[in-house]
Amino acid sequence: MKKVLTTCGYCGCGCNFYVDIRNNEVIGVTPKQDHPVSRGRLCVKGWQGHSFVNHPDRLRHPLIKHEDGYFKEATWKEAIEFTAKTLKGIISRHGGDSVGVFSSARCTNEENYLMVKLTRAALKTSNIDHCARL
Amino acid sequence: MTNSIEELSSADAIFIIGSNTSEQHPLIAMRIIEAVKKNNARLLIADPRKIPLTEFAEAYAPLTPGTNLAFINGMLNVIITEELIKEEFVNSRTEGFKEFKQSIIKYTPEAVSEITGVDADTIRTFARIYAKAQKGSIVYAMGITQHVTGTMNVSALANLAMLTGHIGRESTGVNPLRGQNNVQGACDMGALPNVLPGYQPLNDEKILEKFKSSWGEASNFGNGMTASQMMEEAAKGGIKSLYILGENPMVSDPDTQHVEEALSNLEFLVVQDIFMTETARFAHVILPATSYLEKDGTFTNTERRVQRVRKAIEPVGDSKADWEIICMLLKAFDCYAEYESPEEIMDEIRALIPSYAGITYNRIERVGLQWPCPDIMRPGTAFLHKDRFSRGLGRFSINEYRGPGEAVDEEFPLIMTTGRIQHHYHTGTMTRRSWALNREYPHGFIEINPFDAERFGVKSERKVKVTSRRGSLTTTAIITSKVKLGVVFMPFHFGEEAANKLTNRNFDPVSQIPELKVCAVKIEGVS
Repeated sequence: MKKVLTTCGYCGCGCNFYVDIRNNEVIGVTPKQDHPVSRGRLCVKGWQGHSFVNHPDRLRHPLIKHEDGYFKEATWKEAIEFTAKTLKGIISRHGGDSVGVFSSARCTNEENYLMVKLTRAALKTSNIDHCARL
Repeated sequence: MTNSIEELSSADAIFIIGSNTSEQHPLIAMRIIEAVKKNNARLLIADPRKIPLTEFAEAYAPLTPGTNLAFINGMLNVIITEELIKEEFVNSRTEGFKEFKQSIIKYTPEAVSEITGVDADTIRTFARIYAKAQKGSIVYAMGITQHVTGTMNVSALANLAMLTGHIGRESTGVNPLRGQNNVQGACDMGALPNVLPGYQPLNDEKILEKFKSSWGEASNFGNGMTASQMMEEAAKGGIKSLYILGENPMVSDPDTQHVEEALSNLEFLVVQDIFMTETARFAHVILPATSYLEKDGTFTNTERRVQRVRKAIEPVGDSKADWEIICMLLKAFDCYAEYESPEEIMDEIRALIPSYAGITYNRIERVGLQWPCPDIMRPGTAFLHKDRFSRGLGRFSINEYRGPGEAVDEEFPLIMTTGRIQHHYHTGTMTRRSWALNREYPHGFIEINPFDAERFGVKSERKVKVTSRRGSLTTTAIITSKVKLGVVFMPFHFGEEAANKLTNRNFDPVSQIPELKVCAVKIEGVS
């Protein structure tokens, strides 16, 4: 069994635990004894809230909605090209300020930073926010 | 938080307002209970619901939703009237006291009692216990912010800390508990329309130069729209496209029907998520991302501690880490994105955000560091505002009470307030697919006081129809004296009985936060 130390993905407490892994599946967690917040304890979500990761509902492929209103699987190349092309079209017709971005408090610092860079440097808009507004 | 979680255990008075701490931040509640049990700390709780922590409280104020500001002003009034202020702190560290004092005269405990429904002596008790403590901590959450006076509510709490000198020392401070794992970090990174990463201003030439040389001259350094404004503009047609990363406004945002109109009106909606959420259904393209268990990076917790997130398993299916997806898009727009790993992105962040400059992956290998940490020789900062405030002197603000945006009337006689429960999280996308959690709470409910239940013919565990001025839904009634008379409570985690179908779009004029804690409803038994 492999154990990987990480930070819980739920609330703002930021408890740490070891993820117990077998065959690329999360089979449990072990609290970290000397962590300044969790001190070897966890809440119910910290203990039990990770089985969603292998849930059959997980999105496994990029999806593009076709004219009939149904989503169809696409490759990453197709999905990224379609996204970039459509956004560029909208920006050239309506300007950057017609585009808005919701970044995510669920994502890492590095990802939020990149999202801000994408918004301001690539999409050339300043419309960026996230759920801290809620 | 101005202070650290650990410090709460050494406080001798803790004032919790608008935070159901033991359900939403259980490990922080452990520190609070420890303070009460081991340090004889005096616990004060103001909340419309008798939350579990009230069991440990010396005083409890069941205030009417939307009246926090009157309550806090009432405490300020008592502290001034009874001369409990910390004069030395007020004289040396603050300004604007005189005007502030003038503004607070009318908030006598008797007047505030009329507004809040809390008796005058309880308000006095709260003020005395907090002011007389050696180390008083204030703890709050969305019960304070999700109001049309959200910004003023927070400013009033800051007044309370300054007036009593409970700030800038260990085990004191004004401590917001951030609801999501990385709300703190998302704000720090500048995922906000009005500041650059690290809260750096948009109008400082030197700072702009730094960002221009990193991001390119032609980047947009303007002041943009907030999430609430973007949603309004999407409905009106001003916003043509939204790119939504890991959020589910169809369940989390106020007035679901309006959100639906806004999303349907978009020319192009990109959703990047791990599940087909209620919001993703409206997308034109969905980019499958990974969860925190499948990627590397850092989260910043509510006490500003930057901690490592480590990849435990390989991404499920063909999904990719969000940072990799964003890099692909950056490249499609000819922007620099040659990062081999999140650590390289952090190096760029450190170069641009002074308070993160000293935080390297190496240093946080075992224990995270708390910002500000301006260089690699410094240990990080456990509590803020030690010798000075960010602006120099702390300024007392004047915060005149005004009522919530929506009032009850004959047709809609109950105040509904929304929140979370311990077993679920936000819009439930993850917790409702974690079997052990969903087993405990598979569906939503509404809590109603026994007297109100009797009055409106509501039976325990039976279906009820709840209607507001925006819409209606059917859910299950739970009769409990935990909620105050005239108040009902509904968790918002459940998409199929979404509490936000009922909530309204009254916003705080400064922060644009919606008043999710107050809406007028009626309730009828249906079976």
